[in-house]
Amino acid sequence: MNEKLIVSQSPHIYDNTNVQKLMLNVIIALIPAYVFSIVFFGIGALIVTLISITTCVITEYLIQKFLLKREPSINDLSAVLTGILLAMNLPSNLPWWIIVLGAIFSIGVAKMAFGGLGQNIFNPALAGRVFLLLSFPQQMTKFPVPLGLNTPYRDAITGPTPLSIIKEGLRKGEKLTDILNNIIDYKQLLIGKMGGSLGEVAALALIIGLIYLLYKRVITWHIPITIITTIIIFSGILNLINPERYLDPIHHVLTGGILLGAIYMATDYVTSPMYTSGMIIYGIGIGILTIVIRTFGAYPEGISFAILIMNSFVPLINRYFKPKRFGEVKNNG
Amino acid sequence: MEVGIIAKPRTFKYGGIHPPENKITANKPIIDLKTPEKIVVHLSQHTGLPAKPVVNKGDYVKTGQIIGEADGFISANIHSPVSGKIQKIDLEPDYSGYKKLAITIETQGDEWLDDIDNTNNIIEECNLSPQEIIEKIKKAGIVGLGGAMFPSHVKLSIPPGKSIDTLIINGVECEPYLTADHRLMLEKGKEIIIGIRILKKALNVKNVFIGIELNKIECINYLASLLDLNNEIKIIPLKVKYPQGGEKQLIQAITGREVPPGGLPADVGVVVFNVATTFAIYEAVQKNKPLIERIITVTGKCLENPINIRARIGTPINKLLEAAGAKVQNIRKLIVGGPMMGRAIDNFEAPVLKGTSGILVFGEDDALRNPHKSCIRCARCVQSCPMHLEPYLLMTLAERKLFEKLKNNNVTDCIECGSCSYICPSSRPLLDYIRYGKINVINLIRSKKL
Repeated sequence: MNEKLIVSQSPHIYDNTNVQKLMLNVIIALIPAYVFSIVFFGIGALIVTLISITTCVITEYLIQKFLLKREPSINDLSAVLTGILLAMNLPSNLPWWIIVLGAIFSIGVAKMAFGGLGQNIFNPALAGRVFLLLSFPQQMTKFPVPLGLNTPYRDAITGPTPLSIIKEGLRKGEKLTDILNNIIDYKQLLIGKMGGSLGEVAALALIIGLIYLLYKRVITWHIPITIITTIIIFSGILNLINPERYLDPIHHVLTGGILLGAIYMATDYVTSPMYTSGMIIYGIGIGILTIVIRTFGAYPEGISFAILIMNSFVPLINRYFKPKRFGEVKNNG
Repeated sequence: MEVGIIAKPRTFKYGGIHPPENKITANKPIIDLKTPEKIVVHLSQHTGLPAKPVVNKGDYVKTGQIIGEADGFISANIHSPVSGKIQKIDLEPDYSGYKKLAITIETQGDEWLDDIDNTNNIIEECNLSPQEIIEKIKKAGIVGLGGAMFPSHVKLSIPPGKSIDTLIINGVECEPYLTADHRLMLEKGKEIIIGIRILKKALNVKNVFIGIELNKIECINYLASLLDLNNEIKIIPLKVKYPQGGEKQLIQAITGREVPPGGLPADVGVVVFNVATTFAIYEAVQKNKPLIERIITVTGKCLENPINIRARIGTPINKLLEAAGAKVQNIRKLIVGGPMMGRAIDNFEAPVLKGTSGILVFGEDDALRNPHKSCIRCARCVQSCPMHLEPYLLMTLAERKLFEKLKNNNVTDCIECGSCSYICPSSRPLLDYIRYGKINVINLIRSKKL
């Protein structure tokens, strides 16, 4: 008998994916959007991202090593991805210490306090962003004007985002068509040359990332497409009811964080539903909540809150939206 | 390709995976293994009770002579695969690792029973009645050669109240590496078609389909060329996807019908036979040849000469490995069956059973699993499950021994295809735990505690 024979249960072959490769693919998918953001916002985009990634990774390492006393798993790249996604949700001129606080909150509170990767209820990057938005509303809503590669980090000229211009204008009672005439045209919206957090602006680049993720089968179409479709339908109906009060679907989708949220934040494995019917319910929920917050709420932007709210429903969704049992309904076609 | 015989490619509805095919022996014609000097024939090579020995120590038996008689209806006859002297009737380990009753025969020459036609002559005409056909199949000890080893005569005896309208021949061979059925279809296509006609007659069914995956296009073309255009038998090409050869998946792919939970194919009017079984049935009915040999793929990347080989039942595995040029010291994992559902064993002496379709060996590189990590809830297991289960949930429930919840989440539906464990990016032992949960739930249901 061979002394070294291994006896284990089937299957005996395994797919060669692993968590690290999946995370790496998401990071690769973010590259186009990232290039655009450096082109628009300059060195600030890079600085914010580096601070965010470094803090996320160090926080995760320290907590795993000294608090949980486990083998640190930072090389699965999940903390790196959280760092990138958090940065993409921040203005590119944010002071370093605010970024550090946000990153510590993302990893320390939203992720590790729940038990680490796979256990958290809320998307860590979004939780970090919302924490900062509520704690530092001043700094978090002043976005640099995209002046190109030479835009400085801290001394960037700031201006409002298209969505905040619209919100402000509507509050003053101006007509929507007049407001829209004064802000950038669709073509610029598509490339993303507008004020905003550093990763949300470049619509086209984000869509390229989506195609890559679908092609690599990192995510399925259900969540992003449902969110975007719901937003288009819901805002379209509102727009038809009163085009002078309710923004049209195209402006909704191309401005603010809808694409970043729908493609990269809502699809986070850990905090989204497990089965396709649940994913669709979750996507519809996010779409409706986003428009409700944008249209009727105090904030110009709504998808972060919408995703976090739907995150909290995920355990419930998983419980009630399950695959139909094989052969349960007799289908004698 | 002839119009009317070949339909649009189909596949099953839920889940499925695409493991690398690695069919390295697909072009290797079937060769015969020299009859070994000693053979160990287990008396339990089928679902149901073990056969009862009908020979004694010291007896001389001819090849094909009955040595074990079926014990009851769900059981099967066992025949001597060689001629020679009964050395002992004793407990011998099979590849489960347990010792089971077996007959050891010392080979002397190769003297076949007189009424067996051991030539390659093809006999097409079959004038037997359905009852006579089933009786002959029963006598020859035919069981499902796909691996389940369910006695074929039982499958053919449709219980009252059930009506069968469809016969499906399983030529899918969806397990990576294995090519025994592939070669059989190419080399014994005519015999298989006659076998199908015999089964059609025995079951008196209207629809007959042969399901073959598109990775075996040569088999599809060859079998199609043997059929006439009157649509008596239809070949259904299937998209390549694992586990298409699973009975429930194949029925769904071909007919759209779903076998109900806990039910049998007969519940949706279908009976499924594997191509190798169909060939064995041809030999039993037309040539009086009992099931004493089968085609086995002996494969693995660390083998010098992977092969498709015809071997007598009861041949020790190491004889097959020898023929394939194996260096035993390089083998780190020895698998009976395919890489997805096969069983890893540690006994090179274990004899081949009727259901052994392949011997697969792995060297150092492929033998170990990656360390498992936390679940990241990516839902790939859910997406891959062909039975529409939630493997991640079943594993958690099994870890916590929550058997009632396991039952409510349909753990007993699991067909143990391994797609979930295969696909998991965190290398979690999903199926390991699900099996544990499933067996516990089944035991609790049997003892009426659940």
